[in-house]
Amino acid sequence: MPRSKSRKNRPKAHDGASVLIPKVTPKRFYGQGIPGIDSDSLTGKLIVVEGADGSGRSTQIARLVQWLEATGHHTIQVGLKRSTLVSEELEQAQQGNILSRTTLSLFYATDFADQLENTILPALRAGSMVIADRYIYTLMVRGLVRGVDETWIRNLYGIALAPDAVFYLEVRPDLLVQRVFAKNQSLDYWESGMDLGLSRDMFDSFLRYQALMRDTFRRLQQTYGFDIIDAERTPDEINQELQRRIEAVLCGQD
Amino acid sequence: MTDASRKRIPLSHCRASPRFHAVKQTFAELGYPGRLIAVEGLDGSGKSTQIYLLKRWLEMQGLKVFFSEWNSSALVKSATSKGKKQNLLTPTTFSLIHATDFADRYERQLVPLLKAGYLVLCDRYIFTAYARDVVRGCPPEWVRGVYNFAALPDLTFFFKAGLEVSLSRILDNRPTLKHHEAGMDLNLSPDPYESFRIFQGRIFEQYLAMSTEFGFVVMDANQRIEEQQGIVRRLVDSHVHLDQFRLAKAA
Repeated sequence: MPRSKSRKNRPKAHDGASVLIPKVTPKRFYGQGIPGIDSDSLTGKLIVVEGADGSGRSTQIARLVQWLEATGHHTIQVGLKRSTLVSEELEQAQQGNILSRTTLSLFYATDFADQLENTILPALRAGSMVIADRYIYTLMVRGLVRGVDETWIRNLYGIALAPDAVFYLEVRPDLLVQRVFAKNQSLDYWESGMDLGLSRDMFDSFLRYQALMRDTFRRLQQTYGFDIIDAERTPDEINQELQRRIEAVLCGQD
Repeated sequence: MTDASRKRIPLSHCRASPRFHAVKQTFAELGYPGRLIAVEGLDGSGKSTQIYLLKRWLEMQGLKVFFSEWNSSALVKSATSKGKKQNLLTPTTFSLIHATDFADRYERQLVPLLKAGYLVLCDRYIFTAYARDVVRGCPPEWVRGVYNFAALPDLTFFFKAGLEVSLSRILDNRPTLKHHEAGMDLNLSPDPYESFRIFQGRIFEQYLAMSTEFGFVVMDANQRIEEQQGIVRRLVDSHVHLDQFRLAKAA
Protein backbone atom coordinates (compact mmCIF):
# COMPACT_ATOMS: atom_id res chain seq x y z
CA MET A 1 0.00 0.00 0.00
CA PRO A 2 1.49 3.34 -1.01
CA ARG A 3 2.31 5.65 1.82
CA SER A 4 2.75 9.35 1.63
CA LYS A 5 6.40 10.32 1.31
CA SER A 6 6.47 12.82 4.06
CA ARG A 7 4.21 13.94 6.87
CA LYS A 8 3.80 17.31 5.18
CA ASN A 9 2.26 15.82 2.05
CA ARG A 10 -0.16 13.65 3.94
CA PRO A 11 -3.71 14.93 3.59
CA LYS A 12 -5.03 16.52 6.76
CA ALA A 13 -6.68 13.92 8.93
CA HIS A 14 -10.39 14.00 9.57
CA ASP A 15 -11.36 16.17 12.50
CA GLY A 16 -10.61 14.20 15.60
CA ALA A 17 -8.96 11.33 13.80
CA SER A 18 -5.50 12.33 14.90
CA VAL A 19 -5.09 12.51 18.61
CA LEU A 20 -2.32 14.52 20.15
CA ILE A 21 -0.32 12.52 22.65
CA PRO A 22 0.48 14.80 25.56
CA LYS A 23 4.15 15.18 26.32
CA VAL A 24 5.01 13.92 29.78
CA THR A 25 6.66 16.64 31.82
CA PRO A 26 8.13 16.28 35.31
CA LYS A 27 5.77 16.87 38.22
CA ARG A 28 6.53 18.08 41.69
CA PHE A 29 4.82 18.59 45.01
CA TYR A 30 4.85 22.00 46.65
CA GLY A 31 6.34 20.59 49.82
CA GLN A 32 6.63 17.18 51.39
CA GLY A 33 3.94 15.68 49.17
CA ILE A 34 2.08 12.49 49.95
CA PRO A 35 4.03 9.64 51.58
CA GLY A 36 4.89 6.92 49.08
CA ILE A 37 3.90 8.74 45.89
CA ASP A 38 6.42 8.81 43.06
CA SER A 39 5.66 11.95 41.05
CA ASP A 40 7.35 10.46 37.96
CA SER A 41 4.51 7.98 37.62
CA LEU A 42 2.00 10.77 37.00
CA THR A 43 1.63 11.02 33.24
CA GLY A 44 -1.66 12.94 33.02
CA LYS A 45 -2.09 16.69 33.27
CA LEU A 46 -3.57 18.66 36.13
CA ILE A 47 -5.35 21.81 35.04
CA VAL A 48 -6.83 24.15 37.61
CA VAL A 49 -9.46 26.83 37.08
CA GLU A 50 -9.73 29.36 39.90
CA GLY A 51 -12.01 32.34 40.29
CA ALA A 52 -14.90 33.70 42.33
CA ASP A 53 -18.49 32.52 41.90
CA GLY A 54 -19.76 34.37 38.86
CA SER A 55 -16.37 34.49 37.16
CA GLY A 56 -17.57 31.92 34.62
CA ARG A 57 -15.67 28.97 36.07
CA SER A 58 -18.37 26.36 35.52
CA THR A 59 -19.12 27.49 31.97
CA GLN A 60 -15.47 27.41 31.03
CA ILE A 61 -14.88 24.04 32.65
CA ALA A 62 -17.87 22.47 30.90
CA ARG A 63 -16.52 23.71 27.57
CA LEU A 64 -12.99 22.56 28.28
CA VAL A 65 -14.20 19.08 29.17
CA GLN A 66 -16.21 18.95 25.92
CA TRP A 67 -13.21 20.05 23.92
CA LEU A 68 -10.72 17.74 25.66
CA GLU A 69 -12.96 14.70 25.23
CA ALA A 70 -13.63 15.64 21.61
CA THR A 71 -9.88 15.74 21.02
CA GLY A 72 -9.44 12.31 22.59
CA HIS A 73 -8.38 13.02 26.16
CA HIS A 74 -9.98 11.22 29.07
CA THR A 75 -11.02 13.88 31.56
CA ILE A 76 -11.84 13.75 35.27
CA GLN A 77 -13.34 16.64 37.21
CA VAL A 78 -12.72 17.50 40.85
CA GLY A 79 -13.67 20.44 43.01
CA LEU A 80 -13.90 21.66 46.56
CA LYS A 81 -16.16 19.89 49.06
CA ARG A 82 -16.59 16.80 46.93
CA SER A 83 -14.74 14.19 49.02
CA THR A 84 -16.42 11.03 50.27
CA LEU A 85 -14.75 11.50 53.61
CA VAL A 86 -15.90 14.87 54.91
CA SER A 87 -18.06 16.69 52.34
CA GLU A 88 -21.29 16.21 54.34
CA GLU A 89 -19.75 17.27 57.62
CA LEU A 90 -18.12 20.25 55.96
CA GLU A 91 -21.48 21.32 54.56
CA GLN A 92 -23.05 21.05 58.02
CA ALA A 93 -20.25 23.03 59.59
CA GLN A 94 -20.69 25.79 57.04
CA GLN A 95 -24.44 25.93 57.54
CA GLY A 96 -24.03 26.35 61.26
CA ASN A 97 -21.03 28.68 60.93
CA ILE A 98 -19.62 27.25 64.11
CA LEU A 99 -16.03 26.46 63.22
CA SER A 100 -13.10 28.75 63.82
CA ARG A 101 -10.70 29.63 61.04
CA THR A 102 -7.94 27.12 61.77
CA THR A 103 -10.46 24.32 62.15
CA LEU A 104 -12.23 25.23 58.93
CA SER A 105 -8.90 25.42 57.08
CA LEU A 106 -7.96 21.97 58.33
CA PHE A 107 -11.38 20.56 57.49
CA TYR A 108 -11.03 21.84 53.93
CA ALA A 109 -7.50 20.47 53.77
CA THR A 110 -8.86 17.05 54.78
CA ASP A 111 -11.44 17.23 51.99
CA PHE A 112 -8.70 18.27 49.57
CA ALA A 113 -6.27 15.52 50.65
CA ASP A 114 -8.97 12.88 50.33
CA GLN A 115 -9.66 13.88 46.73
CA LEU A 116 -5.97 14.30 45.96
CA GLU A 117 -5.14 10.78 47.07
CA ASN A 118 -8.27 9.00 45.90
CA THR A 119 -9.13 10.83 42.69
CA ILE A 120 -6.49 13.22 41.39
CA LEU A 121 -3.33 11.12 41.78
CA PRO A 122 -4.87 7.85 40.50
CA ALA A 123 -6.31 9.69 37.47
CA LEU A 124 -2.96 11.29 36.69
CA ARG A 125 -1.24 7.95 37.07
CA ALA A 126 -3.69 6.56 34.52
CA GLY A 127 -2.75 9.38 32.16
CA SER A 128 -6.03 11.32 32.38
CA MET A 129 -6.59 15.03 32.25
CA VAL A 130 -7.78 16.31 35.60
CA ILE A 131 -9.73 19.55 35.61
CA ALA A 132 -9.99 21.03 39.07
CA ASP A 133 -12.80 23.48 39.74
CA ARG A 134 -10.68 25.45 42.25
CA TYR A 135 -7.69 24.07 44.10
CA ILE A 136 -5.55 24.94 47.11
CA TYR A 137 -5.25 28.61 46.12
CA THR A 138 -8.88 29.44 46.92
CA LEU A 139 -8.47 27.61 50.23
CA MET A 140 -5.26 29.48 50.99
CA VAL A 141 -6.70 32.85 50.03
CA ARG A 142 -9.84 32.26 52.13
CA GLY A 143 -7.66 31.41 55.10
CA LEU A 144 -5.29 34.34 54.54
CA VAL A 145 -8.03 36.97 54.37
CA ARG A 146 -9.26 35.56 57.69
CA GLY A 147 -5.87 36.03 59.29
CA VAL A 148 -4.48 32.49 59.11
CA ASP A 149 -0.68 32.42 59.24
CA GLU A 150 0.85 32.18 55.76
CA THR A 151 3.79 29.92 56.71
CA TRP A 152 1.35 27.59 58.42
CA ILE A 153 -1.01 27.30 55.46
CA ARG A 154 1.85 26.86 52.98
CA ASN A 155 3.21 23.98 55.00
CA LEU A 156 -0.28 22.50 55.24
CA TYR A 157 -0.62 22.48 51.46
CA GLY A 158 2.89 21.13 50.99
CA ILE A 159 0.98 17.91 50.32
CA ALA A 160 -0.40 19.38 47.07
CA LEU A 161 0.83 18.53 43.61
CA ALA A 162 1.88 21.57 41.57
CA PRO A 163 -0.57 21.69 38.62
CA ASP A 164 0.51 21.82 34.98
CA ALA A 165 -1.56 24.96 34.55
CA VAL A 166 -3.56 27.27 36.80
CA PHE A 167 -5.95 29.81 35.34
CA TYR A 168 -7.33 32.49 37.62
CA LEU A 169 -10.45 33.97 36.06
CA GLU A 170 -10.40 37.55 37.22
CA VAL A 171 -13.46 39.78 37.23
CA ARG A 172 -13.65 43.09 39.08
CA PRO A 173 -15.95 42.98 42.11
CA ASP A 174 -18.52 45.46 40.80
CA LEU A 175 -18.99 43.41 37.65
CA LEU A 176 -18.99 40.19 39.65
CA VAL A 177 -21.85 41.39 41.81
CA GLN A 178 -23.91 42.12 38.67
CA ARG A 179 -23.23 38.64 37.33
CA VAL A 180 -24.19 37.02 40.62
CA PHE A 181 -27.48 38.95 40.69
CA ALA A 182 -28.21 38.06 37.08
CA LYS A 183 -27.93 34.40 38.06
CA ASN A 184 -29.15 34.09 41.67
CA GLN A 185 -30.96 37.24 42.73
CA SER A 186 -29.23 36.99 46.08
CA LEU A 187 -25.75 37.09 47.55
CA ASP A 188 -24.23 34.09 49.30
CA TYR A 189 -23.22 34.55 52.96
CA TRP A 190 -19.72 33.08 52.51
CA GLU A 191 -19.02 34.58 49.09
CA SER A 192 -19.86 37.94 50.65
CA GLY A 193 -17.41 37.28 53.49
CA MET A 194 -20.09 38.12 56.06
CA ASP A 195 -18.19 36.19 58.74
CA LEU A 196 -15.37 38.76 58.53
CA GLY A 197 -17.48 41.63 59.78
CA LEU A 198 -16.28 43.97 57.02
CA SER A 199 -19.70 45.58 56.84
CA ARG A 200 -23.20 44.79 58.07
CA ASP A 201 -24.46 45.64 54.63
CA MET A 202 -24.22 42.52 52.48
CA PHE A 203 -23.72 44.34 49.19
CA ASP A 204 -20.95 46.44 50.65
CA SER A 205 -19.38 43.43 52.34
CA PHE A 206 -19.43 41.47 49.06
CA LEU A 207 -17.53 44.20 47.23
CA ARG A 208 -14.94 44.59 49.95
CA TYR A 209 -14.51 40.86 50.47
CA GLN A 210 -14.13 40.12 46.77
CA ALA A 211 -11.59 42.93 46.40
CA LEU A 212 -9.66 41.44 49.31
CA MET A 213 -9.79 37.99 47.71
CA ARG A 214 -8.58 39.35 44.36
CA ASP A 215 -5.68 41.23 45.96
CA THR A 216 -4.63 38.12 47.85
CA PHE A 217 -4.87 35.98 44.71
CA ARG A 218 -2.64 38.48 42.93
CA ARG A 219 -0.16 38.29 45.78
CA LEU A 220 -0.12 34.48 45.67
CA GLN A 221 0.28 34.64 41.89
CA GLN A 222 3.76 36.07 42.44
CA THR A 223 4.74 32.92 44.33
CA TYR A 224 2.80 30.27 42.47
CA GLY A 225 2.98 31.86 39.02
CA PHE A 226 -0.49 31.08 37.72
CA ASP A 227 -2.07 32.67 34.66
CA ILE A 228 -4.39 35.57 35.35
CA ILE A 229 -7.13 35.46 32.75
CA ASP A 230 -9.20 38.53 31.98
CA ALA A 231 -12.64 37.01 32.53
CA GLU A 232 -14.57 40.18 31.72
CA ARG A 233 -14.52 39.18 28.05
CA THR A 234 -17.07 36.94 26.29
CA PRO A 235 -17.11 33.23 27.14
CA ASP A 236 -15.89 32.45 23.60
CA GLU A 237 -12.89 34.73 23.87
CA ILE A 238 -11.98 33.33 27.26
CA ASN A 239 -12.36 29.76 26.08
CA GLN A 240 -10.15 30.33 23.05
CA GLU A 241 -7.43 31.66 25.27
CA LEU A 242 -7.75 28.72 27.67
CA GLN A 243 -7.64 26.22 24.81
CA ARG A 244 -4.57 27.84 23.37
CA ARG A 245 -2.80 27.72 26.71
CA ILE A 246 -3.85 24.13 27.40
CA GLU A 247 -2.63 23.05 23.97
CA ALA A 248 0.76 24.47 24.89
CA VAL A 249 0.66 22.45 28.12
CA LEU A 250 -0.18 19.27 26.20
CA CYS A 251 2.77 19.90 23.90
CA GLY A 252 4.99 20.17 26.93
CA GLN A 253 5.54 23.92 26.65
CA ASP A 254 5.22 25.97 29.72
CA MET B 1 14.34 7.10 92.71
CA THR B 2 12.17 7.92 89.72
CA ASP B 3 13.01 10.11 86.77
CA ALA B 4 10.35 12.53 87.86
CA SER B 5 11.36 12.95 91.47
CA ARG B 6 14.87 13.88 90.42
CA LYS B 7 13.51 16.83 88.49
CA ARG B 8 13.80 19.93 90.61
CA ILE B 9 14.92 22.52 88.10
CA PRO B 10 12.22 24.58 86.37
CA LEU B 11 10.70 22.57 83.56
CA SER B 12 11.06 25.33 81.02
CA HIS B 13 14.82 24.92 81.27
CA CYS B 14 14.70 21.27 80.32
CA ARG B 15 13.34 21.93 76.89
CA ALA B 16 15.92 21.80 74.17
CA SER B 17 15.04 24.05 71.25
CA PRO B 18 12.80 22.23 68.79
CA ARG B 19 14.47 21.31 65.56
CA PHE B 20 11.65 22.53 63.38
CA HIS B 21 10.02 25.92 63.00
CA ALA B 22 10.26 28.77 65.43
CA VAL B 23 10.60 27.88 69.09
CA LYS B 24 7.16 27.14 70.42
CA GLN B 25 6.08 28.67 73.69
CA THR B 26 4.03 27.46 76.61
CA PHE B 27 0.80 29.14 77.67
CA ALA B 28 2.61 30.65 80.66
CA GLU B 29 5.30 32.05 78.38
CA LEU B 30 2.61 33.50 76.16
CA GLY B 31 1.10 35.33 79.11
CA TYR B 32 -2.11 33.33 79.48
CA PRO B 33 -3.53 33.32 83.00
CA GLY B 34 -4.49 29.64 82.64
CA ARG B 35 -2.20 26.60 82.63
CA LEU B 36 -2.35 23.49 80.49
CA ILE B 37 -1.26 20.13 81.83
CA ALA B 38 -1.06 17.20 79.41
CA VAL B 39 -0.57 13.48 79.83
CA GLU B 40 0.93 11.36 77.10
CA GLY B 41 1.82 7.71 76.77
CA LEU B 42 0.76 4.47 75.14
CA ASP B 43 -2.72 3.03 75.49
CA GLY B 44 -2.65 1.08 78.72
CA SER B 45 0.07 3.18 80.34
CA GLY B 46 -2.35 4.33 83.03
CA LYS B 47 -2.25 7.99 82.00
CA SER B 48 -6.04 8.40 81.94
CA THR B 49 -6.30 7.07 85.50
CA GLN B 50 -3.66 9.50 86.65
CA ILE B 51 -5.18 12.57 85.01
CA TYR B 52 -8.59 11.60 86.39
CA LEU B 53 -7.19 11.45 89.91
CA LEU B 54 -5.41 14.75 89.37
CA LYS B 55 -8.66 16.30 88.18
CA ARG B 56 -10.53 15.05 91.27
CA TRP B 57 -7.86 16.47 93.56
CA LEU B 58 -7.94 19.89 91.89
CA GLU B 59 -11.74 20.01 91.80
CA MET B 60 -12.00 19.14 95.46
CA GLN B 61 -9.83 22.12 96.27
CA GLY B 62 -12.41 24.29 94.55
CA LEU B 63 -10.22 25.18 91.60
CA LYS B 64 -11.27 26.05 88.04
CA VAL B 65 -10.54 22.84 86.18
CA PHE B 66 -11.45 21.65 82.71
CA PHE B 67 -10.73 18.24 81.24
CA SER B 68 -10.41 17.56 77.51
CA GLU B 69 -9.89 14.32 75.65
CA TRP B 70 -8.24 13.56 72.33
CA ASN B 71 -10.58 12.96 69.39
CA SER B 72 -13.74 14.24 71.04
CA SER B 73 -15.04 17.23 69.12
CA ALA B 74 -18.64 16.47 68.20
CA LEU B 75 -18.68 17.67 64.63
CA VAL B 76 -15.49 16.03 63.50
CA LYS B 77 -16.38 12.81 65.28
CA SER B 78 -18.86 11.72 62.64
CA ALA B 79 -16.30 12.09 59.84
CA THR B 80 -13.60 10.37 61.86
CA SER B 81 -15.70 7.37 62.75
CA LYS B 82 -17.01 7.08 59.19
CA GLY B 83 -13.47 7.23 57.84
CA LYS B 84 -12.26 4.63 60.29
CA LYS B 85 -15.17 2.26 59.77
CA GLN B 86 -14.97 2.34 56.02
CA ASN B 87 -11.17 2.38 55.95
CA LEU B 88 -11.20 5.55 53.93
CA LEU B 89 -8.27 7.07 55.75
CA THR B 90 -4.74 7.35 54.43
CA PRO B 91 -1.87 8.53 56.66
CA THR B 92 -2.39 12.09 55.39
CA THR B 93 -6.16 12.23 55.86
CA PHE B 94 -5.86 10.40 59.20
CA SER B 95 -3.47 13.11 60.31
CA LEU B 96 -5.57 15.99 58.98
CA ILE B 97 -8.86 14.79 60.40
CA HIS B 98 -7.32 14.48 63.86
CA ALA B 99 -5.74 17.90 63.45
CA THR B 100 -9.19 19.28 62.56
CA ASP B 101 -10.65 17.72 65.68
CA PHE B 102 -7.84 19.11 67.80
CA ALA B 103 -8.12 22.59 66.26
CA ASP B 104 -11.85 22.65 66.94
CA ARG B 105 -11.29 21.89 70.62
CA TYR B 106 -8.28 24.18 70.77
CA GLU B 107 -9.98 27.23 69.30
CA ARG B 108 -13.39 26.84 70.86
CA GLN B 109 -12.55 25.36 74.26
CA LEU B 110 -8.92 25.29 75.31
CA VAL B 111 -7.89 28.81 74.32
CA PRO B 112 -10.98 30.58 75.75
CA LEU B 113 -10.68 28.59 79.00
CA LEU B 114 -6.98 29.34 79.30
CA LYS B 115 -7.75 33.01 78.74
CA ALA B 116 -10.34 32.76 81.50
CA GLY B 117 -7.66 31.42 83.84
CA TYR B 118 -8.57 27.73 83.95
CA LEU B 119 -6.39 24.75 84.69
CA VAL B 120 -6.89 22.69 81.55
CA LEU B 121 -6.09 18.99 81.73
CA CYS B 122 -5.56 17.19 78.43
CA ASP B 123 -5.59 13.45 78.00
CA ARG B 124 -3.20 13.49 75.03
CA TYR B 125 -2.03 16.61 73.26
CA ILE B 126 -0.10 17.39 70.06
CA PHE B 127 2.61 14.86 70.92
CA THR B 128 0.18 12.03 70.27
CA ALA B 129 -0.13 13.28 66.69
CA TYR B 130 3.62 13.85 66.39
CA ALA B 131 4.22 10.23 67.37
CA ARG B 132 1.38 8.45 65.54
CA ASP B 133 1.43 10.36 62.28
CA VAL B 134 5.16 9.99 61.92
CA VAL B 135 4.92 6.24 62.56
CA ARG B 136 2.23 6.17 59.84
CA GLY B 137 4.72 7.73 57.42
CA CYS B 138 3.88 11.45 57.43
CA PRO B 139 6.98 13.68 57.27
CA PRO B 140 7.77 14.96 60.81
CA GLU B 141 8.32 18.55 59.63
CA TRP B 142 4.93 18.61 57.97
CA VAL B 143 3.08 17.22 61.00
CA ARG B 144 4.75 19.69 63.31
CA GLY B 145 3.95 22.49 60.93
CA VAL B 146 0.28 21.50 60.84
CA TYR B 147 0.10 21.74 64.65
CA ASN B 148 2.15 24.91 64.79
CA PHE B 149 -0.88 26.98 65.81
CA ALA B 150 -0.95 25.23 69.20
CA ALA B 151 1.12 26.42 72.15
CA LEU B 152 3.04 23.94 74.30
CA PRO B 153 1.64 22.58 77.57
CA ASP B 154 3.00 24.12 80.75
CA LEU B 155 3.58 20.63 82.10
CA THR B 156 3.63 17.33 80.18
CA PHE B 157 3.72 13.96 81.91
CA PHE B 158 4.87 11.00 79.86
CA PHE B 159 3.77 7.72 81.37
CA LYS B 160 6.48 5.28 80.49
CA ALA B 161 5.46 1.72 81.19
CA GLY B 162 7.24 -1.31 79.85
CA LEU B 163 5.80 -2.19 76.47
CA GLU B 164 4.65 -5.59 77.74
CA VAL B 165 2.83 -3.98 80.66
CA SER B 166 0.91 -1.60 78.37
CA LEU B 167 0.13 -4.38 75.95
CA SER B 168 -1.24 -6.72 78.58
CA ARG B 169 -3.35 -3.95 80.15
CA ILE B 170 -4.99 -3.34 76.79
CA LEU B 171 -5.26 -6.92 75.71
CA ASP B 172 -6.72 -7.98 79.07
CA ASN B 173 -9.43 -5.32 78.93
CA ARG B 174 -10.45 -5.19 75.29
CA PRO B 175 -9.62 -8.36 73.44
CA THR B 176 -10.84 -7.05 70.06
CA LEU B 177 -8.59 -4.34 68.69
CA LYS B 178 -9.90 -1.70 66.31
CA HIS B 179 -8.31 -1.53 62.88
CA HIS B 180 -6.44 1.77 63.29
CA GLU B 181 -5.75 1.21 66.95
CA ALA B 182 -3.84 -1.93 66.06
CA GLY B 183 -2.05 -0.08 63.26
CA MET B 184 -3.49 -2.57 60.78
CA ASP B 185 -3.45 0.14 58.11
CA LEU B 186 0.35 -0.06 58.15
CA ASN B 187 0.47 -3.70 57.05
CA LEU B 188 2.90 -4.57 59.81
CA SER B 189 1.44 -7.99 60.36
CA PRO B 190 -1.75 -9.82 59.37
CA ASP B 191 -2.22 -10.67 63.05
CA PRO B 192 -3.87 -7.73 64.89
CA TYR B 193 -2.08 -8.52 68.15
CA GLU B 194 1.31 -8.71 66.51
CA SER B 195 0.55 -5.57 64.51
CA PHE B 196 -0.49 -3.75 67.70
CA ARG B 197 2.75 -4.78 69.37
CA ILE B 198 4.95 -3.48 66.55
CA PHE B 199 2.86 -0.32 66.14
CA GLN B 200 2.91 0.53 69.85
CA GLY B 201 6.64 -0.20 69.97
CA ARG B 202 7.28 2.35 67.26
CA ILE B 203 5.10 4.97 68.93
CA PHE B 204 6.98 4.33 72.15
CA GLU B 205 10.26 5.10 70.38
CA GLN B 206 8.83 8.38 69.09
CA TYR B 207 7.77 9.36 72.60
CA LEU B 208 11.23 8.60 73.94
CA ALA B 209 12.83 10.68 71.21
CA MET B 210 10.56 13.64 72.02
CA SER B 211 10.90 13.41 75.75
CA THR B 212 14.10 15.47 76.05
CA GLU B 213 13.20 17.81 73.25
CA PHE B 214 9.97 18.86 74.93
CA GLY B 215 10.99 18.37 78.54
CA PHE B 216 8.45 15.68 79.38
CA VAL B 217 8.24 14.65 83.01
CA VAL B 218 8.94 10.97 82.55
CA MET B 219 6.83 8.90 84.92
CA ASP B 220 7.64 5.33 85.80
CA ALA B 221 4.25 3.88 84.97
CA ASN B 222 5.16 0.49 86.38
CA GLN B 223 4.84 1.94 89.89
CA ARG B 224 1.72 1.72 92.03
CA ILE B 225 -1.11 4.07 91.09
CA GLU B 226 -0.87 5.91 94.42
CA GLU B 227 2.86 6.32 94.16
CA GLN B 228 2.53 7.89 90.71
CA GLN B 229 -0.34 10.11 91.78
CA GLY B 230 1.71 11.38 94.72
CA ILE B 231 4.46 12.48 92.33
CA VAL B 232 1.99 14.03 89.89
CA ARG B 233 0.29 16.06 92.64
CA ARG B 234 3.58 17.23 94.14
CA LEU B 235 4.89 18.35 90.75
CA VAL B 236 1.69 20.17 89.84
CA ASP B 237 1.72 21.85 93.23
CA SER B 238 5.31 23.02 92.83
CA HIS B 239 4.96 24.29 89.26
CA VAL B 240 1.54 25.89 89.36
CA HIS B 241 0.37 28.48 91.88
CA LEU B 242 -2.83 26.66 92.62
CA ASP B 243 -4.26 29.47 94.76
CA GLN B 244 -4.63 31.59 91.63
CA PHE B 245 -7.14 29.14 90.20
CA ARG B 246 -9.83 29.35 92.85
CA LEU B 247 -13.36 29.78 91.59
CA ALA B 248 -14.52 33.35 92.13
CA LYS B 249 -16.77 33.45 95.19
CA ALA B 250 -20.04 35.30 95.05
CA ALA B 251 -19.70 38.62 96.85
